[in-house]
Amino acid sequence: MLTVNRYKCCYCGACVGVCPTCALELVETFIEVSSDCKECGICTKICPVGALEVKA
Amino acid sequence: MSMKCDLVVVGAGPGGSMTAKTAAQAGLKVVMLEKRQEIGEPVRCAEGVGKRALCEMVKPEPEWIAAEVKGAKIYAPDGTSIVMSEDKSGSEVGYVLERKVFDRALAMQAAQAGAKVMVKTRALGLIKKDGVPCGVSAMRLGEPLQIEAPIIIGADGVESKVGRWAGIDTTLKLKDMETCAQFLVQDSTIDDEYTEFFLGNSIAPAGYAWAFPKGEKLANVGLGVLGTRSKPGEATRLLNEFVKARYPNGKVLEMVVGGDPCAGQIESTTSDGVMLVGDAARQTDPLTGGGILSAMQAGIMAGEVAAKALTAGDVSKAGLKEYEDRWREDIGKHLSRSYEFKEFFVKLTDNDLNQMLGSLKKEDISKMDLRGMLRVLFRLNPKLLWELRHLVV
Repeated sequence: MLTVNRYKCCYCGACVGVCPTCALELVETFIEVSSDCKECGICTKICPVGALEVKA
Repeated sequence: MSMKCDLVVVGAGPGGSMTAKTAAQAGLKVVMLEKRQEIGEPVRCAEGVGKRALCEMVKPEPEWIAAEVKGAKIYAPDGTSIVMSEDKSGSEVGYVLERKVFDRALAMQAAQAGAKVMVKTRALGLIKKDGVPCGVSAMRLGEPLQIEAPIIIGADGVESKVGRWAGIDTTLKLKDMETCAQFLVQDSTIDDEYTEFFLGNSIAPAGYAWAFPKGEKLANVGLGVLGTRSKPGEATRLLNEFVKARYPNGKVLEMVVGGDPCAGQIESTTSDGVMLVGDAARQTDPLTGGGILSAMQAGIMAGEVAAKALTAGDVSKAGLKEYEDRWREDIGKHLSRSYEFKEFFVKLTDNDLNQMLGSLKKEDISKMDLRGMLRVLFRLNPKLLWELRHLVV
């Protein structure tokens, strides 16, 4: 499961831009993850603050 | 609630505001949506902009400008530096803006031209009729809002959705995105007169670090790392190291992060009833990461084409082709060239970078523009730069 640490997230939206399934959305100050997420982990690599993590 | 207009612009950054202003001036009924409650915040930008190109599009007000610089200094990994003067290095240095003020001022100009600006209003999807986009469904302060419009502008930034909703693939690969972090640093050692660029694979792998002065010993100090060379939190970790090493007594007053597209020209930026502008169209310079001016230029083009297409009664992809042609002819050519440089630059080792910048030490480059400097670089480092020979003319 993809988790967003909302205490770390600076809501920049970089993750949204690289998501291949369009599963992420930046809503003003938080990231929403939809059921389209395939847990590929691409977004975790681009996150400048390390707020995203794919957990088993 | 529902409303109707000629043009709906999603996103009130510089690209969206210039589109809205241009279209409203041409007599269109324009609605511009901004999902945030305040325009221009939070900033996701180093705020550097070329003076000449900016002044060609808008008359800058003093309160938009945080600092004006004399030129740029570029540092090799071994510390060797070269200096370029502002009037020659031209397009990427000149002003360091106050984006919070600047973005708001451009939105205000759009409003003054007649556009309706709606904040705290987030686009949720496109309204389609027989598969053709004809408006935007949105949420305003938690309430649904339908806006019908024959033309929709996606100026919704790096996290753009409008293109994807319209069937345009704007997804960025990790190799085509820089992940960036920036601090607003106050320190007595800050150079108030020059923008500074620091190269090196241990400072910013396949990217660079920067210091853009904002006056009174303040600067935007940041760096970008190529997505393929990043891991979770890497940009912030490297920036902390860089600031600790370069400004050990520096005080951090603000933090900014974000992704910067460096994709070059994407395949399409239009579809029936839809045009993409700025970061949403990935119109950022792949080498420097600069995107303010190209977004504004593209916004003006999109606004003009929207007015023409409505008059002609053809808002199909074919009817909007002029936008595609115009931006590619101008901004697009530059993006492609820059993309080739970027693809070459990201492969360079620290030794290569030292050799290249070191070779310029004995040359007088103070009166050269970027193209002239490249010519000299090529003459001095033919082997290293061989694959770029077709770009050095």
